[in-house]
Amino acid sequence: MTRHALGVMLAAALLVPAVAPAQTSADGIAQYRALLADGNPAELWEAKGELLWKQKRGPKNASLEACDLGKGAGVVKGAFVELPRYFADTKRVQDLESRLLSCMAQAQGFNAAEIAATSFGRGEQVNLEALVAYVAAESRGMKFNLSQAHPEERKMFEAGKRIFYFRGGPYDFSCASCHGEAGKRIRLQDLPDLTKNPGDGVGFAAWPAYRVSSGELWGMQRRLNDCYRQQRFPFPGYASDATIALGTFMGVQGQGAVSIAPSIKR
Amino acid sequence: MSDPMRIRAQTQGGGAVVRVLMSHEMETGLRKDAAGKTIPAWHITEVSAALNGKTVLTAQWGTAIAKNPFTEFVVKGAKAGDKISVSWVDNHGDRRTDEATVA
Repeated sequence: MTRHALGVMLAAALLVPAVAPAQTSADGIAQYRALLADGNPAELWEAKGELLWKQKRGPKNASLEACDLGKGAGVVKGAFVELPRYFADTKRVQDLESRLLSCMAQAQGFNAAEIAATSFGRGEQVNLEALVAYVAAESRGMKFNLSQAHPEERKMFEAGKRIFYFRGGPYDFSCASCHGEAGKRIRLQDLPDLTKNPGDGVGFAAWPAYRVSSGELWGMQRRLNDCYRQQRFPFPGYASDATIALGTFMGVQGQGAVSIAPSIKR
Repeated sequence: MSDPMRIRAQTQGGGAVVRVLMSHEMETGLRKDAAGKTIPAWHITEVSAALNGKTVLTAQWGTAIAKNPFTEFVVKGAKAGDKISVSWVDNHGDRRTDEATVA
């Protein structure tokens, strides 16, 4: 055997390893997520949410099938990738969670303020998480297409942008401190750069998501709440205008990205 | 009242690949709550699967299994249209059975 032939064989052997090893810790986490994605427990929330959507509940004993998520009463498919948007009946821009709250109040007679004040993972918040998972899942694989036609929607985008870059708190942090450039991370978690479109299934397009570490499903509201906790800011109000403004900012920035929500996170 | 399982069964080779997602807290009995009191153990103890009513798998589970467990197995000889049923029993004596058709 010539030296050259041996060299070719060695090179071929090096190119095709039996099992692709993790190159970096980020690759390792990506591999781990891919393994988990096949049995994403978010499916359990989706199934529960679908039942809740159709079930007659609340003081008015009504289902949510008359709820208008922006594409007409009862239309769920494609609604998630167009939120937050302006709603004429409530005269405000609303994200998925705040819109569901409005529907639960109007159609079912629930006390929206009381639910908004409830801790995550308690009482009606549990049902809200399931509904969020169901509505998001109905738009899986669709592209974000947020409207900026109404002046209120443009105002929310501007407000969200300012909140995103606003520095404060004991650490003098803004959202942009962590999400302002590529390649940043917290421990081993890669942080998406949200000052521009982070791409398909990243950032706004990945939430709601199932958190393996806590075994819970987190909506965007809870995600933002935890971001503010990490910044040592006061907690934002559930479904408050500030959180909706941030949602509008991230959604418009991510225009055209494919939604993979509900995804799976460590 | 327990939530339904999600069962998917797909023909592959001479059998079927079955993927099951169960909804369960799977408390180990080692954790403590905010008040410092031990949270009692609550987990699945037994899992079984049947192909057209004939048991093809039994497993004993314990506290080492994660919350909302996912399990996957291959059933030899399963054909499209066959019924796969999966059952679990937990340490409270609660039980649940769900069924899926092989696709």
